[in-house]
Amino acid sequence: MRWIEDRSSQPRGSRACLAIAILLAPPLAGAQSPPSSPPPPPAPPAVVRTAPHFAVVIDAAHGGTDGGARLSDHLLEKDLALNMSVRLRSMLAAHGISVVTTRESDSTLSAVSRAEVANHVGASACITLHATTSGSGVHLFTASLTQIPMTRFLPWETAQGAYAEQSLRLSSEVDSAMTHAEIPVTLGRTALQPLDSFTCPAVVVELSPLHISGKETALSDPAYQDRIVAAMAAALEQWQRDWRQQP
Amino acid sequence: MITRGQRILFWTLLVCSVLMAVTLLRMRERAMDRLLASAETMPLNPPSGRPVQSVTMMIANDMDGSVQPATLNVALPLDANARAHVILQHLIVNYARPGSKHPIATNKGVNEIFFMDLPLEPNQVVPGTIAVVDLSASFVEAHPSGIEPETLTLLSFIGTLHANFPQISQVRFLVDGQQRDTLAGHADLTRVYLASDAPGVKHL
Repeated sequence: MRWIEDRSSQPRGSRACLAIAILLAPPLAGAQSPPSSPPPPPAPPAVVRTAPHFAVVIDAAHGGTDGGARLSDHLLEKDLALNMSVRLRSMLAAHGISVVTTRESDSTLSAVSRAEVANHVGASACITLHATTSGSGVHLFTASLTQIPMTRFLPWETAQGAYAEQSLRLSSEVDSAMTHAEIPVTLGRTALQPLDSFTCPAVVVELSPLHISGKETALSDPAYQDRIVAAMAAALEQWQRDWRQQP
Repeated sequence: MITRGQRILFWTLLVCSVLMAVTLLRMRERAMDRLLASAETMPLNPPSGRPVQSVTMMIANDMDGSVQPATLNVALPLDANARAHVILQHLIVNYARPGSKHPIATNKGVNEIFFMDLPLEPNQVVPGTIAVVDLSASFVEAHPSGIEPETLTLLSFIGTLHANFPQISQVRFLVDGQQRDTLAGHADLTRVYLASDAPGVKHL
């Protein structure tokens, strides 16, 4: 069985404080410094409080040789997922939210690599983007794993279990934002890689055509895509506010 | 010395042979197409002389992501494995019908179903029975790709099996006898599903 060290179980800000401590540390003997200038007086010890780092991981599903679902004659799931990923990243960055994407181009990426990227960041939210021609609106999925205790080392295949409750809260946040944007939402739980290996609150957002009162809006409709991206950005901004208020 | 008449005869016979070969190949292809078409549209007849029983089908709906129970009268064989096979086959035929709310464009889905009593190993403590569902490759190829449709199909199968065979506690899926990563690119087929994941217990 493969195990993963859960970095996010460390106290928040400890890594940032460590980095600052390294920067403030006196230079080693022999390090480059002006030989003529007198050595500065040692700075008094100070407690530096930094804001916890809030980062979002966006995982555009499929890519490269894995095209995913064929959404229309000219649109593959991998292309739509990447397009939505880029747009969501730009919108979140414009609101000052740090974003890490698992892929920025049409490249093949294994489920393990995706989970490694997400887990290395120690993200506060992980969003995986998919698309399908079935159903209507947006399908929100969380892992079908039961909650397990948060420990330093988590089993790779079921690491997401330690975040089951947080993922449900994140899913609820996205659900509220989608409902506010008048996009129908279907909630569910599923067994999906790499979702089960993410060590962050994680939600899968699967886009599907919009069917309202007999009228269909295709996934390729830019206005429909804009509504979804705006709703996801609003949900993640709200998640950031909630996250900062946590002790 | 080959005479002109012999050359004409030779080429005539050669052309006739080629034409006959092409004609035979074409007739063979048409016969094969007719055979396949008749097999695909063949109705699922109940086994004669078997008692008709009421079974519960967990029917998936893509539009609202639900899996709802429906009762159907089906003539079933006596053997449990064969009974489970007939029940799931009826479920798949239902999905292949026009107007289905969970459309899957094939009515050939399950090769075999095997039941095995648990625990499989002495140190395991899981009670009940594991059902191993061997799906056909044609079913997997025809299945719509997407997390929702794939998850609903698995939940529908698990729920239907659990509703009619309560002793089933786990379900495993194979494709043509082999393990496969996903159903159609998304839902994980490498894991063993608990019957408690079934829609009768927990709705999608």
